[in-house]
Amino acid sequence: MNNKHFLMGNEAIAYGAIAAGLQFATGYPGTPSTEVMETLIKNAKKYNFYAEWSTNEKVALETAIGASFSGASSIVTMKQVGLNVASDPLMSLTYLGVKGPLVLLVTDDPGPHSSQTEQDTRSFGLFSNIPVLDPSNSQEAYEMTKYAFEISKKYETPVFLRTTTRVSHRCDDVVLDDLKPSNEDIEGFSKSSRWVIFPKLAAERHPILEKLQETLSKEFSNSKFNFKTGTGKIGIITSGASYHYVNEAISNNKDLFSVLKIGTPYPFPEKKVIEFINDIESIIVVEELDSYLEDQLLQLFGKYGISKAVYGKKNNIFPYCGEYGIDIAKVGINKVLDILKIQRIEIPEKLISKNEIIPLPVRPPNLCAGCMHRTVFYAFKEVSKELKKQNIQTIFSGDIGCYTLGNAPPLELIDTCLCMGAGISIAGGISRTNKNSKNVAFIGDSTFFHSGIPAVINAVYNKADVTIAVLDNRTTAMTGHQPHPGTGKTALGEATKLIDIEGILKSCGIEFVKTVSADDFLTCKEISRAAIDYNGPSAVVFRGTCVSLVKSTKKCTINKNKCTGCKICVERLGCPAITLNGDIPEIMENCTGCGLCMAVCPVDAIKEVDEQ
Amino acid sequence: MNFSVIICGVGGQGVVLASRLLAITAMNSGFHVNTAETLGMSQREGSVVSHLQFGDDIKSSLIPEGSADLIIGLEVSEVARNLHFLKKNGKIITNSKMILPSARSSNEKYDSEKIINFIKEKVKSTICIDFSEIAKVAGNPKSMNVSVLGAAFYAEFLPLKYDNFLKTIESEIPEKYRNINLNAAKLSAETIFNMQEGHDEQ
Ligand code: SF4
Ligand code: SF4
Repeated sequence: MNNKHFLMGNEAIAYGAIAAGLQFATGYPGTPSTEVMETLIKNAKKYNFYAEWSTNEKVALETAIGASFSGASSIVTMKQVGLNVASDPLMSLTYLGVKGPLVLLVTDDPGPHSSQTEQDTRSFGLFSNIPVLDPSNSQEAYEMTKYAFEISKKYETPVFLRTTTRVSHRCDDVVLDDLKPSNEDIEGFSKSSRWVIFPKLAAERHPILEKLQETLSKEFSNSKFNFKTGTGKIGIITSGASYHYVNEAISNNKDLFSVLKIGTPYPFPEKKVIEFINDIESIIVVEELDSYLEDQLLQLFGKYGISKAVYGKKNNIFPYCGEYGIDIAKVGINKVLDILKIQRIEIPEKLISKNEIIPLPVRPPNLCAGCMHRTVFYAFKEVSKELKKQNIQTIFSGDIGCYTLGNAPPLELIDTCLCMGAGISIAGGISRTNKNSKNVAFIGDSTFFHSGIPAVINAVYNKADVTIAVLDNRTTAMTGHQPHPGTGKTALGEATKLIDIEGILKSCGIEFVKTVSADDFLTCKEISRAAIDYNGPSAVVFRGTCVSLVKSTKKCTINKNKCTGCKICVERLGCPAITLNGDIPEIMENCTGCGLCMAVCPVDAIKEVDEQ
Repeated sequence: MNFSVIICGVGGQGVVLASRLLAITAMNSGFHVNTAETLGMSQREGSVVSHLQFGDDIKSSLIPEGSADLIIGLEVSEVARNLHFLKKNGKIITNSKMILPSARSSNEKYDSEKIINFIKEKVKSTICIDFSEIAKVAGNPKSMNVSVLGAAFYAEFLPLKYDNFLKTIESEIPEKYRNINLNAAKLSAETIFNMQEGHDEQ
């Protein structure tokens, strides 16, 4: 049988975990990590393992730890900012170690393409003493996932499998093993003081943990995932996606360089690196995000009294920020060649450079046509205008999800956005420190369960005068429609108890709790106003369905004779279904008939038509 | 041999599927293949680009500027946006139909004629056809992406066989949509055939 498959890096990781005998998988969605769990969920029945979307990354990790303590082979998936949420259990887990192998898949997002930060999980490995594997393509992602389970089992330590967007979201041809369902029994939990972290145990375990780092550094020095190519006198040390950028940048000048590709950045494979630099005159380090390899290398030089030139981020040869590519690799390497007085590597002549391109239409990300969030945001915007006339300022705290786009023009509603679940607490802080302001926090349904609830409790307990607007579209839309506790469905598609958001809000002590359908703009506005006017914490659950999940049969159109061309519908809403290629706006195919534009048109020129 | 292609368009047009179909055709023709897509926020009405490379020796997932052999465009202004990736004697095949951005974000009028002229001026080997119309005739405007690909294969803009592409459609597209997509590919191949005939007569 041909075992060659065209797989995304994230899919390859999922199959690697299955090949390693996976029994338990948990995660929280976040780009670019999401497809790992999605692929696992699709395959859970076939290969006989358990999979769940947990309410947040900390809970996902803790759940998997429980499984691992019982001997199960487990994986936890999240993105780099999710790792911050999970860092509390993680820092203690590293002291205890694991029983069943436990692999943490964390994806970093240089760029960033869809994240709040550009943080580097390799540095988190160093910080937490957890070994890190760093693949560069889908085949390697597959092999390294199997290896991650192997070393986790062998050394009873959690292991990071860390990728970046270009590894997670690249697709390659991958050769897979014959995958079989896991038939091994899970041993089960046995009581032991080893699983109870007391100061005495921590003190006992710490030296063992430190010793393990030396052992692993030695093991990694012999790993096939760290390898050298070329024989030139200039050494390039690199890892992950950058390895490919380097290879392509030097492809016509190979004789000049030797390349050491590091697949196991933490613990640093010291012996391997020392061997590599023996015959090398100067060293270039090419890596995205932190100057992690460079720092390790410089430490090594200090430790062994080696003196050779190292060119990297610290001497401004390469940038600290943003995603790398072949061009950045070339420019950096050429800077070093200039310093060494060696002829530069050639950069091909371009047909056209970016700034020669004529002006083009801009396409910023936007809430979808007919998205319920637009209706809610517009309702609050109208209310805030009314309040402004009475000299009352309304401050809006946003959160992470599609509705972060409430910040985009023309709505421009969101005043703060920090991290998942922070909207409500920030609004609380603002309410205590601003005299004449009304404070509204937006939070999505999945985010509410992720980390919103403690903030609700805090707002009530500490008497914050905030209005909590829960934007409930019954899915985790931003990451691709994963289910959550408010959907009544598990990851594996089973029906489960639907956790009632209104019930939680009430039991947290909020007395003003209202529910309104986001289809009805005028009621949305009315209730928003009432919630803001209410003295003390109040909450409104705006309920609708994500437009990309349901096909609408309705559509609106503009009556050209009635329309005055005032452009209010265009300029205030930013609905992508309304375009202007003349004086009178036009409504296009992607209209869902949500009716919001009907509500804002001052002359009643927009009508609903049936689209059967 | 290494061959690199930029596939570009707007969220919802099927860039990702197009790149998958092309990649699988290349893989089944015996090449290593690699794609990199922009996912996430850009899907919401934004520009979408896929970098695709195949050959004997594939390295990085991102194509460097000035080195793509071919741009396959599902929308004209997106082709112009990615023109700096194309190499000096590279080729372009694109849908001529424009997609207007949401009105508030564009200050200038979107003049697709001007953009098409700009592209043709820079790149001699440009095929620009209303593939949306072809797909509509074939049975579903949504198969426009397959229609563009079919034309690219048939025009021999790719070092891969047109017949192998049809086989990929048969194996990868769910049965329900298979025939419409096969039609879309064949109809645009016909258009290219007629175009080339006409060209020879001149
Ligand atoms: S009804 Fe109006 S606001 Fe709603 S999707 Fe259609 S054009 Fe957009
Ligand atoms: S708001 Fe009404 S009158 Fe004004 S441009 Fe839109 S359709 Fe025409």
